[in-house]
Amino acid sequence: MTAPRADLILRTADGGLSLRFDRRTLAVTVLLALAFVASAGVSLCLGSQATSPAAVFEALFFPARSDIALIVHEIRLPRVLLAILVGACLGVAGLLLQGLVRNPLASPDVIGITGGASLAAVSFLVLGGAALGEAWLPLAALGGALSVALAIVALSGRGLTPARLVLIGIGISAALGAATTLVLVLAADTTAMQAYVWLTGSLYAAQWREVAALAPWALMGLPLALGLARHLDALALGDDLATGLGNPVRGTRLALLLLAVALAGSAVAFAGGLSFIGLLAPHIARRLVARGHAGLVPVTALIGALILLHADLLGRLAFLPRDLPAGIFVAGIGAPFFVYLLHRWRT
Amino acid sequence: MLTSPLARLLGLGLGALLTLAAGLASLLLGATEIPLATLVEAFLAPDPGSTPQLILLSERLPRAVIAALVGASLAVAGALMQTLTRNALAAPSILGINAGAMCFVVVASTLFALRSPLVLVGVAFLGALVAALLVALLGRERGGGLSPVRVVLAGVAVTALFVSLAQGLLIIDQERFESLLLWLAGSVAGRGLETVVPLLPFFLLAAALCALLVRQLNLLALDDEVVKGLGQRTGRVRLLAGAAVIVLAGGSVALAGMIGFVGLIVPHMVRALFGRDHRWVLSGCALLGAGLLLAADTLARFLMPPQEVPVGVMTALLGTPFFLYLARRRSLSP
Repeated sequence: MTAPRADLILRTADGGLSLRFDRRTLAVTVLLALAFVASAGVSLCLGSQATSPAAVFEALFFPARSDIALIVHEIRLPRVLLAILVGACLGVAGLLLQGLVRNPLASPDVIGITGGASLAAVSFLVLGGAALGEAWLPLAALGGALSVALAIVALSGRGLTPARLVLIGIGISAALGAATTLVLVLAADTTAMQAYVWLTGSLYAAQWREVAALAPWALMGLPLALGLARHLDALALGDDLATGLGNPVRGTRLALLLLAVALAGSAVAFAGGLSFIGLLAPHIARRLVARGHAGLVPVTALIGALILLHADLLGRLAFLPRDLPAGIFVAGIGAPFFVYLLHRWRT
Repeated sequence: MLTSPLARLLGLGLGALLTLAAGLASLLLGATEIPLATLVEAFLAPDPGSTPQLILLSERLPRAVIAALVGASLAVAGALMQTLTRNALAAPSILGINAGAMCFVVVASTLFALRSPLVLVGVAFLGALVAALLVALLGRERGGGLSPVRVVLAGVAVTALFVSLAQGLLIIDQERFESLLLWLAGSVAGRGLETVVPLLPFFLLAAALCALLVRQLNLLALDDEVVKGLGQRTGRVRLLAGAAVIVLAGGSVALAGMIGFVGLIVPHMVRALFGRDHRWVLSGCALLGAGLLLAADTLARFLMPPQEVPVGVMTALLGTPFFLYLARRRSLSP
């Protein structure tokens, strides 16, 4: 069978392994990657004190000679890297959930995964977890996300059907939101504010420690998502057809859900309750590349990273000297854009 | 279920008694307990120097009035929405109407420094309207009908949109953080009766609309084909009922912030008791909604003394199991 002309096919000599690339997907990915490198570069250069690209380059690669090495290495670089990792994780988590539920409105924040992480983190902050050390905060958040996912699966019953999964997630999410508000209201003023900033999602004062802790999750989770992409393609055909194709639908859903929780939970753990990236990035990706989840995963990851990079840059620069949480800008720009996308998607 | 008119009337009377009891509890119980005699005295022999009377008149009474009004409005709005969308999960809080009104009020009061109650009420109506239109737009299927799950998802997305915008503003405006936070959580405390006055004409208008539409609403619950076959035009009824929802939900938010789940739970309880006739459903919702919120608000004073739990949190925690039960049911029609 001849492949469509749009595809680029790489094959080993004996044909045992072949890779097929869609040209359009490839082009989009490359372009996004370029935009991504450029944005990361700009993010490194700008701040309360703008520095020239040359100086940043020097600081990055020849720190001994540079006088801004400290700023770049200890303040900007970890923050940029964290934004990239968090954005990519949230975007891909959203993609997985949307494929899983077969509904473009699903996302970690809608289903309650972010809510679970938020409740755990806010309780941790308010109920004196600080005595244990801030390092435990991400663990608490991840635990919260995981317990919510398990509760959703348990309550969804045997079918694990998309509609039920979403509705139960929404219900749980509402209860979690109420509980979070309760904890906030009962808290002392200062911790409440701190917890609130966390809820909105902020990369303020990101450190290497956090980047190092999130990196393994991202570096394992994202390739795994790529590996599961073809299952998402099968699920998109509907349960019956997917089963007919030999896809163990329930098992696949469970695996996808757990992976999405790991990605979203770890991202939220380090950056707070960022919403909308998981909703937006997959939408934009789908408009750019039409076919198959294998292409969508990397594109979504890049877009998620780009969104958060720019939102954080805006948060740092827009109201100098105040450093506002990136979440405000993600929501402020993302939410109206999302409404627009949703409208377009229907018609 | 109560079937005969007499049984229903008795049921309604019992509901009224329960609501009255909840109202009395709301007036008398709290950090300072007030004897019933003081309540009688406050009206028969007002004494400006008496502290219990002062607490009763300036704090407890407005609070009870607001709780009753908001509870009744939200429950009726929920019943109307469930009929309009034919969706058991529809309610002002779930479909984002409350969040829209809340966000608009927060924007108006932080960014534009608007303080006049009447203006803020208008802004709340506008927010509720915008949210309702958005959800209707987004929840529509290709064919034109509203799919239950899609509508709920659209509502959640719209809620997320408005809540995150409001949260962002809250962080920027740190001075008013605490007062705004209570608003986000929903609370009927700390407001005087003068905040209710500008809203009364609107609530009365909505009540009149409901009374006028009762029969047509019963028809809406039928199949579209059947309704058309009966020669009814539903467009105008839907529009008017929608307007009532906006006024009731928007007004509630303007009074008490975001209080969820009252509009979800109460209509289901009432339908289980009184059947589907809207004459009974709407009046039952108004009564029991008021009673539920009065009871929840009274209970909220005792859960974690000396702190008060915001009543919106109470209703959400009470309502979630109910929502989950509905979501797990086979059918999503009310």
